[in-house]
Amino acid sequence: MHVPDGFFNAAVSVSAGVVAAAGVAVCLRGAKRELDDRTAPMAGLVAAFVFAVQMLNFPVAAGTSGHLLGGALAAILVGPYTGVLCIAVVLLVQGLFFADGGLTALGVNITLMGLVTVLVGWAVFRVVTKVARGKSAVAVAAFLAALLSVPASALAFTLLFWVGGTAPIDIAAVAGAMGGVHLLIGIGEGLITATTVGAVLAVRPDLVYGYRGMAPALIVNGQPVAPAAAQPVKGGAGPFLLAGLGVTAILASVVSYFASSSPDGLESVAEEKGFIGQAGDHSLGAWGLAEYGEANGVPLWIVGLVGVGITLLVAGAIGYAVRRKKSAVEA
Amino acid sequence: MGAGHRHQLYRPGTTPVHRLPAQCKLLAVFAFAIVVVATPREAFWAFGLYAVMLAATAAAARVPFSFVARRMVIEIPFVLFAVFIPIIGLGERVTVLGLSLSAEALWAAWNILAKATLGVIASILLAATTEPRMILLGAQRLRLPSLLVQIAMFMLRYMDVIMDEMRRMRVARESRGFEARNLRHIPVIARSAGALFIRSYERGERVHLAMLSRGYSGSMPIVHDMSASARQWLTAGALPLTALAVMGMSLL
Amino acid sequence: MKSLEVSQLAYAYPDGTQALFGVDLSIGRGERVALLGPNGAGKTTLVMHLNGILTPGHGTVHVAGVPVVRDRLKEVRQRVGLVFQDPDDQLFMPTVRDDVAFGPANMGVRGEELERVVKEALDRVGMLEAIDRPPHHLSFGQRRRVAVATVLAMEPEILVLDEPSSNLDPAARRELAEILRSLEVTVLMVTHDLPYALELCERSLILSGGVIAADGPTRELLADDGLLAAHRLELPYGFAIPAPPAGGRG
Repeated sequence: MHVPDGFFNAAVSVSAGVVAAAGVAVCLRGAKRELDDRTAPMAGLVAAFVFAVQMLNFPVAAGTSGHLLGGALAAILVGPYTGVLCIAVVLLVQGLFFADGGLTALGVNITLMGLVTVLVGWAVFRVVTKVARGKSAVAVAAFLAALLSVPASALAFTLLFWVGGTAPIDIAAVAGAMGGVHLLIGIGEGLITATTVGAVLAVRPDLVYGYRGMAPALIVNGQPVAPAAAQPVKGGAGPFLLAGLGVTAILASVVSYFASSSPDGLESVAEEKGFIGQAGDHSLGAWGLAEYGEANGVPLWIVGLVGVGITLLVAGAIGYAVRRKKSAVEA
Repeated sequence: MGAGHRHQLYRPGTTPVHRLPAQCKLLAVFAFAIVVVATPREAFWAFGLYAVMLAATAAAARVPFSFVARRMVIEIPFVLFAVFIPIIGLGERVTVLGLSLSAEALWAAWNILAKATLGVIASILLAATTEPRMILLGAQRLRLPSLLVQIAMFMLRYMDVIMDEMRRMRVARESRGFEARNLRHIPVIARSAGALFIRSYERGERVHLAMLSRGYSGSMPIVHDMSASARQWLTAGALPLTALAVMGMSLL
Repeated sequence: MKSLEVSQLAYAYPDGTQALFGVDLSIGRGERVALLGPNGAGKTTLVMHLNGILTPGHGTVHVAGVPVVRDRLKEVRQRVGLVFQDPDDQLFMPTVRDDVAFGPANMGVRGEELERVVKEALDRVGMLEAIDRPPHHLSFGQRRRVAVATVLAMEPEILVLDEPSSNLDPAARRELAEILRSLEVTVLMVTHDLPYALELCERSLILSGGVIAADGPTRELLADDGLLAAHRLELPYGFAIPAPPAGGRG
């Protein structure tokens, strides 16, 4: 979904450009702190990997297939800073060498597919791995991170389109449809991200950024000691976690606000069969948002925030359950 | 949508358009796209003139029409989106061929289609007439951070190497009778993706060692002479400046 | 002065695995020497010490009299030309010209002098006509020759080649041998391709178990079946060491 020219008015295009430039600048500094003079070759090779892996089509449902966005995957494998740089460079190259994505929309594209997916993906991943540690927890966290990063990106698109799009749309209707369809696509993204991270973990766990500091301790004279080389993920990427949670919360509260303010729009989407994808997808999206709208009397942005909280709690609970199960097996 | 990048767009040539320095073309295309986006959608004739200007550029660069048309498939998902806008759009509705459509949204759909198409064609012409490496050097000349340019250079260099590795893995999978058909096959594909990541990462480390071995100390030593004469800037500027004039008239 | 002098070199990886246990070797100027050894003998680890990518746990390395220490890495890396096994790792720039120029440019060479150095290096490996091509459009053998040119452009004291004959077809293998023989530079060739060592190097070292286990004329080492067997080295099936050419060298 590389946005071409003409979708957004000048104000949104320029603002998104500024946001993207600022985000990339922060990430250039962050990546350089982590990788030093290895930044250029490492990020370049990982960008080439992301570019290649985006071409892997995976079957979603009967007859349809999706392809990877890769933001959450990159964040988990090489860290959020380098992850954003990789996606930004992939988008730059696609726009300049392949005419994919408008030049005036480059800022929008980097913001939606680089910043939002990485921020949301990394935030979800960190929250889940805070609760549960170990390889299976990382896989679960990777699944949820990638799953949520896709509809988050789609909702951010909808939001931007509502603010500065060039067409009058019922934001609730479009948000419902976009969110629903992309949640479905997100399942594919989540599965392939989780299994890819799992495959790397099985062979070279030391390469997975999100797994740093989680490797089992060495045993010396019967006492566990921290491995000398281990650098737990902390500090540096902290702002990312906060920003990611912030983006997630804003998206959820804004969308739920509009979803509730015009619940009729949802039904109209359901009637327009074949808007994007299949009718079944719509009912999923419509259902999810209609539920938000039923919260009588409570300010709806609070409902949105609560929604984010519940999502994260569920994610945490799943992670916790995995950990319990794992320790039960080990005991 | 991100798929289908197997072939790069660059077509080597020696036309005046090919010979222009990359930074001039880059800025020209960018400025052209901005002018197009800023043009009021009611000015049908202005968009017609823009299309004529692009056609003239394509002719000067000897880029055949069929080549441009084939590459425009990249736009299809957004054409579909544009088609649906009038159906879901708000506002006063009109009936076209028995369908009740939003009049305002019809304008919006036209707006997106026209501007996106012109933007895509301009980008295709840029990519078709400029070596990818030169585009990046031109972007650096236009103050894109050099670290970002370096990352893109490495991506450019190793894109094909990694795609070849991926292709070999697919052949290996398929020669053992595997074909991805449903969700259960995702783990198999993901194992390849995981292996591909490990290979890419390790290659990155080896490349870094190779760079160190030849005296790399954190910055790219090679400076390219990317200067452009006033005349070249003026030549490249013809496209956006004419477009600007057209837009100016459309605003009168 | 010797081109390369390694003394009592020992090294353990950060995880504690020790790879080198006191390596001593010395290579005179203009010599072509093969470093033979089975997989896991520590060959690559040794090579990584020669230009300071790894820092010795014990012992010293000198290149043309310059000690390999942090402060003098720039001089050392100019003097040691390392040719990696996979030319795709070595050729990381978008064109052959930029790639060959990378080393000398890091040393401060600029402008017309840089262009001259690049062309001369490519000419020495017979790849001048490929100067403007992207590396991935070249054949494997051509890429390896360009990889040799990238280090020749730095006018090194010693050329260190990691498995130079791997993945080459017979013609490319012969062409590379001719090029290496024509170069007037000290060569250390790390390989387990014994016939190639015999063809190119009069002297060989056997690295085994992290120490130099043998040092002598290649012909004699390869004729010693017991020695080869003790270090997991084998001549290819059917290979017989040819008689020295009439009026042989030395």
